[in-house]
Amino acid sequence: MDAKVIVVTSGKGGVGKTTTTANIGAALAKQGEKTAVIDVDVGLRNLDVVMGLESRVVFDLIDVLEGKCKLNQALIRDKRVENLYLMPASQTRDKDALDPEVFKQVIDRLLNEEGFDRILVDSPAGIESGFKTAAAPAQGALVVVNPEVSSVRDADRIIGLLEAHQVGEIRLVINRLRPAMVASGNMLSEADMVNILNVKPIGIIPEDDGIIVSTNVGEPAVLGQSRAGQAFMDTARRIRGEDVPFPVYGEEPAGGFWARLRKLLGGA
Amino acid sequence: MFGWFKSREERSKEALRDRLELVLAYDRANVSPGKIDALRADLLEVVRKHFPAGESSIEVEQMGDKMVLSANIPLESGTRPGPRRG
Repeated sequence: MDAKVIVVTSGKGGVGKTTTTANIGAALAKQGEKTAVIDVDVGLRNLDVVMGLESRVVFDLIDVLEGKCKLNQALIRDKRVENLYLMPASQTRDKDALDPEVFKQVIDRLLNEEGFDRILVDSPAGIESGFKTAAAPAQGALVVVNPEVSSVRDADRIIGLLEAHQVGEIRLVINRLRPAMVASGNMLSEADMVNILNVKPIGIIPEDDGIIVSTNVGEPAVLGQSRAGQAFMDTARRIRGEDVPFPVYGEEPAGGFWARLRKLLGGA
Repeated sequence: MFGWFKSREERSKEALRDRLELVLAYDRANVSPGKIDALRADLLEVVRKHFPAGESSIEVEQMGDKMVLSANIPLESGTRPGPRRG
């Protein structure tokens, strides 16, 4: 993707926006890009806890907007990954404190003064002011979608709004795909969703318990070896323009190795 | 092997519970954890000026639904008040 400023959005809540932002941000940084991840969910911030950086929050985005601190004072450097920085949202203020124009200026300064290669903006759920502010400076968007009816419907709505906002590069991140269910015909496949939404995919992330464990301890999955972590690493490579083929999760036979192993262990 | 998986998951749950307790305490108190760290550092500096040898600690803990800042300042020789004379 050419876009340096990318908004991560979905319309619907709970589909994995924040996890996607944390992991793709960490993956881009691991791959050498100076990356900032910015939480715009004012009043309901979570990117800090998902990344495990909550204990280091001093200043936040609203402090920067109101001139209460310098820009770089609100950037938390992730000590585990070189080139990765978090700007947290304010937990105590309301969304009205966030003005789209001033937010745009902050993004410009991050690019020009701080020299970031890539900025990921974690949008709040919904289609109201928080989303509009998050999308305002974006040249590209990652639309996170789960293979279920309400998520696909909300993604379609968000894609329409992003196009109306002149966001150029819109790509799908299909999250929580369950290959065995796709194979048995009980879940939309990645191809189904791409056809329905008519947007190119850039990441396909399988459902993975490893995400819960990595979120519990506050360490992005891309720093470990999980399946989902690997898929996020591949997604970041595609964002950087590498030609990484998609694994064919959907065509995994129902009686595949993992399904049999799961059955053997007494799982679902 | 199964037991190892189980213990790893239990460990991550413990980690999450500890992190949540802290995060919620700070959220409810409307303060950023980093600000409390800075306050703790400033307070310790002041305390050390008056009690140079002191191994002082200042901690934030939750008591009921309140966040409490508690200082533990041992008084060592030289700074220890002696018995009153005359």
